Amino acid sequence: MAFHSFPWFGMDIGGTLVKLVYFEPKDITAEEEQEEVENLKSIRRYLTSNTAYGKTGIRDVHLELQDLTLCGRKGNLHFIRFPTHDLPAFLQMGRDKHFSSLHTTLCATGGGAYKFESDFRMMADLELHKLDELDCLIRGVLYLDSVMSSGPSECYYFENPADPDHCVQKPCTLENPYPLLLVNIGSGVSILAVYSENNYKRVTGTSLGGGTFLGLCCLLTGCSTFEEALEMASQGESTRVDKLVRDIYGGDYERFGLPGWAVASSFGNMMSKDKRESVSKEDLARATLVTITNNIGSITRMCALNENIETVLFVGNFLRVNTLSMKLLAYAMDYWSKGQLKALFLRHEGYFGAVGALLELLHPS
Amino acid sequence: MAECGRVDSNTSHTMDKSITLPPDEIFRNLENAKRFAIDIGGSLTKLAYYSTVQHKVAKVRSFDHTAKAAAGDKLYEISMQEEVTARLHFIKFENAYIETCLDFIKDHLVNTETKVIKATGGGAHKFKELIERKLGLKVDKEDEMTCLIKGCNFVLKNIPHEAFVYAKHADSEFRFQTTNPDIFPYLLVNIGSGVSIVKVESEDKFERIGGSSIGGGTFWGLGALLTKTKRFDELLQLASKGQHASVDMLVKDIYGGSYGYLGLTGDLIASSFGKSATADKDFSKEDMAKSLLHMISNDIGQLACLYAKLHNLSRVYFGGFFIRGHPVTMHTITYSINFFTKGEVQALFLRHEGYLGTIGAFLKGAEEDNPNQYSWGENYAGSSGLMSVSPDMNPMQRARSGTFDMLEMDRLERQLVNLPLLQDPSSYIPDTVDLTEDALAREYWLYCFEEALDGVVKRAVASQPDMPEAALRAEKFRQKYRHKLQTLRQQPFAYGSLTVRSLLDTREHCLNEFNFPDPYSKIKQRENDIALKYYQKAVKSLDELSWEEKQFALVQGVLAGNVFDWGAKATDICIFFFIPLSERPWLVDSYDQWLERLKGPPHKCALFFVDNSGVDIILGVMPFVRELLSRGTEVVLASNSGPALNDVTNGELQILTERIAAMDPVIEAGLREDRLLLVQSGSSSPCLDLSRLDKVLAMVVRERQTDLVIIEGMGRAIHTNYYAMLSCESLKMAVIKNSWLADRLGGKLFSVVFKYEVPAGKPNKDCGAFSPS
Repeated sequence: MAFHSFPWFGMDIGGTLVKLVYFEPKDITAEEEQEEVENLKSIRRYLTSNTAYGKTGIRDVHLELQDLTLCGRKGNLHFIRFPTHDLPAFLQMGRDKHFSSLHTTLCATGGGAYKFESDFRMMADLELHKLDELDCLIRGVLYLDSVMSSGPSECYYFENPADPDHCVQKPCTLENPYPLLLVNIGSGVSILAVYSENNYKRVTGTSLGGGTFLGLCCLLTGCSTFEEALEMASQGESTRVDKLVRDIYGGDYERFGLPGWAVASSFGNMMSKDKRESVSKEDLARATLVTITNNIGSITRMCALNENIETVLFVGNFLRVNTLSMKLLAYAMDYWSKGQLKALFLRHEGYFGAVGALLELLHPS
Repeated sequence: MAECGRVDSNTSHTMDKSITLPPDEIFRNLENAKRFAIDIGGSLTKLAYYSTVQHKVAKVRSFDHTAKAAAGDKLYEISMQEEVTARLHFIKFENAYIETCLDFIKDHLVNTETKVIKATGGGAHKFKELIERKLGLKVDKEDEMTCLIKGCNFVLKNIPHEAFVYAKHADSEFRFQTTNPDIFPYLLVNIGSGVSIVKVESEDKFERIGGSSIGGGTFWGLGALLTKTKRFDELLQLASKGQHASVDMLVKDIYGGSYGYLGLTGDLIASSFGKSATADKDFSKEDMAKSLLHMISNDIGQLACLYAKLHNLSRVYFGGFFIRGHPVTMHTITYSINFFTKGEVQALFLRHEGYLGTIGAFLKGAEEDNPNQYSWGENYAGSSGLMSVSPDMNPMQRARSGTFDMLEMDRLERQLVNLPLLQDPSSYIPDTVDLTEDALAREYWLYCFEEALDGVVKRAVASQPDMPEAALRAEKFRQKYRHKLQTLRQQPFAYGSLTVRSLLDTREHCLNEFNFPDPYSKIKQRENDIALKYYQKAVKSLDELSWEEKQFALVQGVLAGNVFDWGAKATDICIFFFIPLSERPWLVDSYDQWLERLKGPPHKCALFFVDNSGVDIILGVMPFVRELLSRGTEVVLASNSGPALNDVTNGELQILTERIAAMDPVIEAGLREDRLLLVQSGSSSPCLDLSRLDKVLAMVVRERQTDLVIIEGMGRAIHTNYYAMLSCESLKMAVIKNSWLADRLGGKLFSVVFKYEVPAGKPNKDCGAFSPS
């Protein structure tokens, strides 16, 4: 296999976030060191010595994979993200750091690889190698799960999802994962049925995703970041906003087997002016989170039934630091399927597309 | 999910007593109401009451000719009798007016024996005490979903063209679906504050297979928060003016164009409200409302499709207050279903959607009367609610809701079923032209019926010379029918589908409404009397012809007899055999094939749908029937159960046939040997709907192994059934007596249609039926 010159990047430009993975070689020989051009060194130093870039770029240090062997090289894999609307600043930085002089191929996936292709060319003199996002996603998932089997597990699930006091995160692996329903929750949602690494289909998708949660929260509460919205949601009470089955029937609706606590109408209480005036921003944020999460759960469950698949893997940045949604999904899968369906999650939530893009650079398929 | 509790506390202001209720128009026949059912939703109350209606019917009775010919020339006597029929009335009002309406009911309720009122809907509980106090009736609560499904089954079975497909940008927004005799299984997606997805497998078997909390309440609640707009209708208004692309993140916002690899177009929504998360700006109320509407409609559509797929169901009906005739929600749901199923499943909506719960509750209460053992039909004359506001008076009305007028429903004294000989009952469409789609034809026929109105009024008055108030009633009829025509001009969909048949039937229903049950009775009587005198002469001259000449003369006789319409004069009879029919080849001419067929073995049994009284039936049809009988073919004569124009009714035909039998041994033997049967069709229309025939007729047709169907006249063979495909041989005969229609069909006035059809691959099979086995 031909050795690919450094730097090794994989990029996933989504609707809301740009995800960047960077492989930092740790086995550089003295000889290499000497030959290494200054630009490359500067980029490596800049990325690895900081955890925040500009105003909005962040390196998820806790996700960093150390001592990874990739293509015969040892090194660390770094995970970096920044909002898509700050892409121009990123390109400016690339230009300032003369990135194009490195003559590297920049593998990129996600819609932005197409949308911003000409910007990369014009602003940073960079040619993108564009890759399909779903191909990259699946490659990334399978790769990370395989390399992580030695260290801390990539994959986990929630034990006792129905019992909040005993609901705990448990590690697991993706051994014999097929067939697998892969639910990628980014700004929107894509649902894939995966039968093998190279055999998958997009079953459906929904526009009610992470972008909807944040968008509605911004409009309803005036917040501006995902973290803020999640923080508010964690303090709110959705039952003040939603109309529950018991609000209508006084208890369970036994004729249809609906428990009293089930939501009958999301935001249903907000039809009343009095109740609109009595809810807090936190309640609204919580209700938005619950509504979007449950809806994803419900569509996922139907797809699993239609495709006859019992293992569901949830990924995507909507789940980042969002234990609330993960537990809800775990519970929804378990409850409505009477234990048939199992919800699995991955630590590197939203980075699989970028990892897949990096792998494409090293092992063109 | 239920529609409960969506009463905005703000709107439930003090009961308004100031509305005036015009008693002639609303709550009609309330004094005879027998049963009540009420469905109280979040803002509207729908009331159904079952009442008896007394109206006049024309009956014919044969004079006793054996005793003495004292009755003079007349063959039979006509008498007006009172008849009591059952009718279902509907009315809706805002919950705010419930007290006024209850008082009104209390004041007008005289003859009721009922002690209970069936109630359903989320508000039933809230108003229980008020209803019991005001009416002195016990409120009997029924499960909402059960009522909904019962009502749904009822309208799907009884109301032709109940379901429709909505196509916003098509020439005709509403495309009515033909009634499939087999309505099960289907999926009902009820969008109230939440969504319930119900699989209905049979009359009594249904299951809630799923649902969603994102429904009408989400649109309303979230919409109110986002736009500070309180009312549901106003939110829909906002949504219809907005641009969702400024709020939603589209595929092209992420990709710069389409996502070609997956076939996702650039305009597809990738993330609802996605732009409001990233763009720091103010969004317009309209745009947010639109985005919300899309988000919810798409979500519901997607879930509905997933459930339909899982349960392998292709018929998906949508209802609930989110839909309720709102074009904007019907459009977005339709769009969503098309997208998610790639056109494999169509979103179906129901005309009576808002009344399903009430109808269901009524049916629950009427179970001891076996309401399902009867067929029901819409009465085009009657609406118990307030007249729908005409669109030019209030342009908002139509966009807002309530697209269809709620007609009363008559309980028919029989069960109506399909003609067993329809090739494909599920695709059978009686009407040849859909006037909602064909604007030119609609213009013409509305004009035509309006032009003819004076004549109809005169005829009605003349039919009741002994009744001085007839003129006043006729005037009321004129006003009512003209108003209907005007409404239809503005809103072709006002009463569902619009066809020449529905226009004709509407006129008949309106005449009945004002106690003109049979304006042609005396004319028919006179024509029958005169035509009878020529019967023997006609038969004799036919018998003198050669076989081939005779066959042609018989066809000519049916066609010529059919031209004698709209009040023939006695003198015209003499020229009957010389009527200048157009030269062959006729406009549609398969006479040669028919003649060839006649040279073969006789048919087992012929079903003949007859048309007019007088010359038509006596000198045209009867000699034809006589020939069939002589060939050894049994004949079933199907005539109208009730009067329509000058069409011969079953009652009249019984008397006429007896009289003919007295003169003609062939007819006499046919009757005696039970080879000639007179059966009523179940219809009282000048047209013919082969999917709604008297059950007895269908039974006879099946028992006799009918292998030939003959349909005669414009109403039955041109306006309807022209394209009807039958599973046996059929003969459609008519003379086109309307120059506009003749022109349309590429012919001239008095062009002849003689359409003999043999279903593909049928003749050989039929041969088996001729053998005695």
